[in-house]
Amino acid sequence: MNANVPEIHISQAQLQPEQEPPSGQRPAEESAIRRFLLSRGNSAIADRGFSWLMLLCALSIFGIVVLIAAELVQRSHLAWSNFGFDFFFSRFNNPITGRPNYWDPVNGHFSALPFIYGTLVSSFLALLLAVPLAIGVAVYLTEMCPQVLRGPLAFLTELLAAIPSVIYGLWAMFILVPLLREHVNPLLIRVLGWTGFFATDNPTGLGFLAAGVILAIMILPIISSLTREVMTAVPHSQREAVLALGATRWEMIRMGVLRNARIGIVGAIILGLGRALGETMAVTMVIGNAPEIRRSLLSNGSTMASVIANEFAEASSDLHLSALIEIALALFIVTIIVNALAQLLVWAVTRGAPARVN
Amino acid sequence: MGVKAGEHNLRSKVRTVIDGAATGLAVLATVLVVTPLVAIFVYLIYKGASSLSFSFFTQIPKPEGEPGGGMANAIVGSGVLLAISSAIGIPIGTGGGIYLAEYGRGTKLANMVRFTADVLNGIPSIVMGLAIYSLIVYRQQHFSAFSGGVALGIMMIPTVTRTTEEMLLMVPQAVREAALALGVPNWRSVISITVKTASPGIITGCMLAFARVAGETAPLIFTAFGNSNWSVNPNQAISALPLQIYIYAISPYDDLHRLAWAGALVLIVLIVAAVSLVRYVTSRGVLKGAS
Repeated sequence: MNANVPEIHISQAQLQPEQEPPSGQRPAEESAIRRFLLSRGNSAIADRGFSWLMLLCALSIFGIVVLIAAELVQRSHLAWSNFGFDFFFSRFNNPITGRPNYWDPVNGHFSALPFIYGTLVSSFLALLLAVPLAIGVAVYLTEMCPQVLRGPLAFLTELLAAIPSVIYGLWAMFILVPLLREHVNPLLIRVLGWTGFFATDNPTGLGFLAAGVILAIMILPIISSLTREVMTAVPHSQREAVLALGATRWEMIRMGVLRNARIGIVGAIILGLGRALGETMAVTMVIGNAPEIRRSLLSNGSTMASVIANEFAEASSDLHLSALIEIALALFIVTIIVNALAQLLVWAVTRGAPARVN
Repeated sequence: MGVKAGEHNLRSKVRTVIDGAATGLAVLATVLVVTPLVAIFVYLIYKGASSLSFSFFTQIPKPEGEPGGGMANAIVGSGVLLAISSAIGIPIGTGGGIYLAEYGRGTKLANMVRFTADVLNGIPSIVMGLAIYSLIVYRQQHFSAFSGGVALGIMMIPTVTRTTEEMLLMVPQAVREAALALGVPNWRSVISITVKTASPGIITGCMLAFARVAGETAPLIFTAFGNSNWSVNPNQAISALPLQIYIYAISPYDDLHRLAWAGALVLIVLIVAAVSLVRYVTSRGVLKGAS
């Protein structure tokens, strides 16, 4: 009830004595006997060789990321030198129709604006649908669910994460899109058509809404399993303290658990966002693939990832290829930032907590 | 007094109602989440099983318009790609994990490597495909199974590294010291004592990474590219199950859609089998807690 319920400081060090000590101070490895044993005779050479080999493996992870970044920068140079920063903002007017035109490979006009818009709209839609559900599932599984159901349900939601993107896409194309087309979209148009978000000009059922729904289903398990993780990291004493004050179960969850885990939950949501931004196959199959900016959620669009998947194999000019690679580079940078932020937040909460218990 | 008691009663009633409503919402959310999962599986099994036939596993795709045909080459192609990716991803991944847990504990370098692994994990698969395209395919001027395998292998590394590290950290310090005290060289103790003790967990990590890349399509579009003929040559374009599902799904023919469903069923059965196997093994092993 009080606004300043203390933040959790989980230190489970006493539970896991073999966990690594805080960084900076080396573990017990440096004892004199150990040092002697390690420096003895001919095994020292083999030891050093082995440790270098392992170091090489670790450094190659670095190398790969740097290589990828360098390659993308180099190959997108042509588009960058042609358009500069305008690549992300500009638009052109089609001289014949007079309508704004963003992406015109034939005339060599390239602007990433419609794809950025499409990515943002579909990801935002996905978060809007997935976050409440994911938190609901996490709350149910950690706090309310009977012990018998917990394992199977957790397994089921994890299974959602194991389904490949292309199978989601297949299901969305043949089941979800017809469902939206026949039942959901007409309803939305009738009830909410006046807002302008649901226009009648696209009867296919494809579009931002379909992409948002399938993305929501795909990022749900990630958000809910991480939320579960941070919720289990909240110490039991917090729950017991709130219950002891006479709270109902929901009040206990709200004050004792969710409030303490909120930073981690935000981290989980951002991690889900990172996944949604880069998701390719399922989105490509249902978003309709049109480089346009429309207000209506029912109209065709395109995301940064989907335009790459869709056009790269057919790109004819070097400039077109380079523009697509620049979009990939932008996606790369954005996902790194988003993921780093999310890791930081999740880590802030689960630091020192024991491994997840299902 | 009576008023106060009534108010109190009312408030506690409201609280109980809110509590019930919250419980109801949580249950509703769970149901809503389980529904699409069940729907996906039911449709997959229904559509897939009705289109699955013996020829699916033995024949290669027929030219467009002709009925029949199968995905034998795609299944074999997936096998080739996964073999190449495992050969790249598993050694580098475990090596990195061993470094993080055994040699680099608490150092700045280890923290940076750990962070980079997380970055690598977050790179969208389509970007990975594009990067490998420009690294390998563009230079060689032709699509190849090898480049697809490299793309998938790189995607395996972070998962393998992080689980290996996590599992090795669970091995008690005393076990390492006991090995050293018996005069075993350090490298030998790492391989045959520490890693061996943690091996169920490490294998879990490898299987999870394997299951994850087995279904990847996006990195293969510009690298393995797909092939409607038999091919096991790592230097040529090769077909893969997820890639073939995608190509068939976006084609306009009903026949091919049916094949896509059948392929999806085969793929999901393989992946679910791998994941359940992992769960079964880890739930029985000493080292639980792989994520």
